[in-house]
Amino acid sequence: MNPVKLGWMHLRISALNELQYRANFFLAAFNALLALATGLIVIALVYSHTDSLNGWSQPELLIVMGIHVFIGGLIRAFVEPNMYQLMQDIEEGTLDYTLTRPADAQLLVSVRATSIWQTVDLAIGLIVVAIGVAQLQAATTIAHVGAFAITILLGIVIIYCVWLMITTAAFKLIRVDNMVQMLQGIYQAGRWPVSIYPLWLRGGLTFIIPLAFAITVPAEALSNRLAGSTIAVALAFTVVITLVARVVWRWGLSNYSGASA
Amino acid sequence: MLALAKYYVAAGKLSIQAQIQYRASTYFYLIGFLIEPIVYLVVWRSVAESQGGSIGGYSAEALTAYYIVWTLVRAMNVGFDPNAWGWRIQRGRLNEMLSRPIHPFHRDFAWFGGGKFVWILLWLPMAAGLWIAFRPQISPTLGEGVGFFIAIWLAYAVRFALLWALGMITFWTTRGSAVFEIFIGAELLLSGRLVPLDLMPQWTQNIGAWLPFKWTFQFPIEVVIGRLTGGEILTGLAIQTAWAAALIALIWTFWKPAVSKYTAVGG
Repeated sequence: MNPVKLGWMHLRISALNELQYRANFFLAAFNALLALATGLIVIALVYSHTDSLNGWSQPELLIVMGIHVFIGGLIRAFVEPNMYQLMQDIEEGTLDYTLTRPADAQLLVSVRATSIWQTVDLAIGLIVVAIGVAQLQAATTIAHVGAFAITILLGIVIIYCVWLMITTAAFKLIRVDNMVQMLQGIYQAGRWPVSIYPLWLRGGLTFIIPLAFAITVPAEALSNRLAGSTIAVALAFTVVITLVARVVWRWGLSNYSGASA
Repeated sequence: MLALAKYYVAAGKLSIQAQIQYRASTYFYLIGFLIEPIVYLVVWRSVAESQGGSIGGYSAEALTAYYIVWTLVRAMNVGFDPNAWGWRIQRGRLNEMLSRPIHPFHRDFAWFGGGKFVWILLWLPMAAGLWIAFRPQISPTLGEGVGFFIAIWLAYAVRFALLWALGMITFWTTRGSAVFEIFIGAELLLSGRLVPLDLMPQWTQNIGAWLPFKWTFQFPIEVVIGRLTGGEILTGLAIQTAWAAALIALIWTFWKPAVSKYTAVGG
């Protein structure tokens, strides 16, 4: 079966399953708006004491925050549910059910579950980005929007690969839930541009947990700070991390011995 | 009373052994925690430096000390996540706790309390790394050190009781997470977790003075970084004790009506 069609069908079924619980939408919307309000208060507080944070203006910070909310929504809606399911299957030995199916196992474990109501964050994130762009002094051109679209797409792929690699560690370590907690903690650092951090942390947030490529680079694209070479680096990095994630996944599978299902 | 003390020691020891067994897992958890203060530290240091080196009476070095101590206070005041009450009730895990002749609060309080000893041990090398990376300005007196030791345990008692009381909402509704999110947002802004309250608008500080949040974060930190007098430290410790007692009394009052709503089977 065509992998795209297969992935779409799985996503559709899991989304339909989630749509039964409509009250969860209001809960997700409430939580998202509350998180947004807190984020806006924090930015307002910082800029009540200064006009510029390491060269970043308030509208530029809004763009960073909007992208952070958007990518965070994608993670919670599509990546986290699948990775938690994978962790559970590895621990309980029930991954056998997936592995015996006649389709690529990496694809299957990546599209089985969805928290569809978390997509409310996607809308909120994009609105915040739009408000930030509208407040910029310099005009945003089609080229900037195009660069933003490309870099955010690359960022999504990168974030998925990082999550997959961390979860794959469960094949060896079994209990990696706290690694996921760690990842969620580190993700909070992406709310601010990585250029404000000291060099050692900036390096870590660029090449180990690459929030720089996923959040700061798309924000730079919209605020006219991005050099063309950065897009090329982001593209090369995405290709490399995708290949590495595939190798790590296959290594993980070779360590799987659960047959208790 | 002696039996209860023995129970606390035994449960605390068990918790220590469990935390040591899963020390790598605990380390990952702590690293996740550590990022939050580093972010605040970098942001507010940048703001202070852009304002000539200090902000709201805090120099860049004092802010550094604030957030490095923050990491220890944060490790100390972790309690049972209110969201986990849903899991506990759904899976019937509460059944085994209810069948024991001791209040589940004691079990949780002793368990998390015991875990702190391992957390502090694991925290030490991280604190050393932060110390080398950021060079804080901190030189507590003996009195401040003793005050801090008491204050962080009282902060743990206050925040633990607060989280436990919040978690009990789950007995009445499965949508408690909305309330928990409000709590987290309020705590972030009114406890000194995000930024010392002196940097917040005056009206925020006024509201914060009437709530328990400040006593779980900012107060213990201020004790050890030398921003309080001896009298202020003693008053603060008394207020922490009063908050802990009030919250525990609240839990005891509502425990019976809460359990009467519980209908899970199995576990």
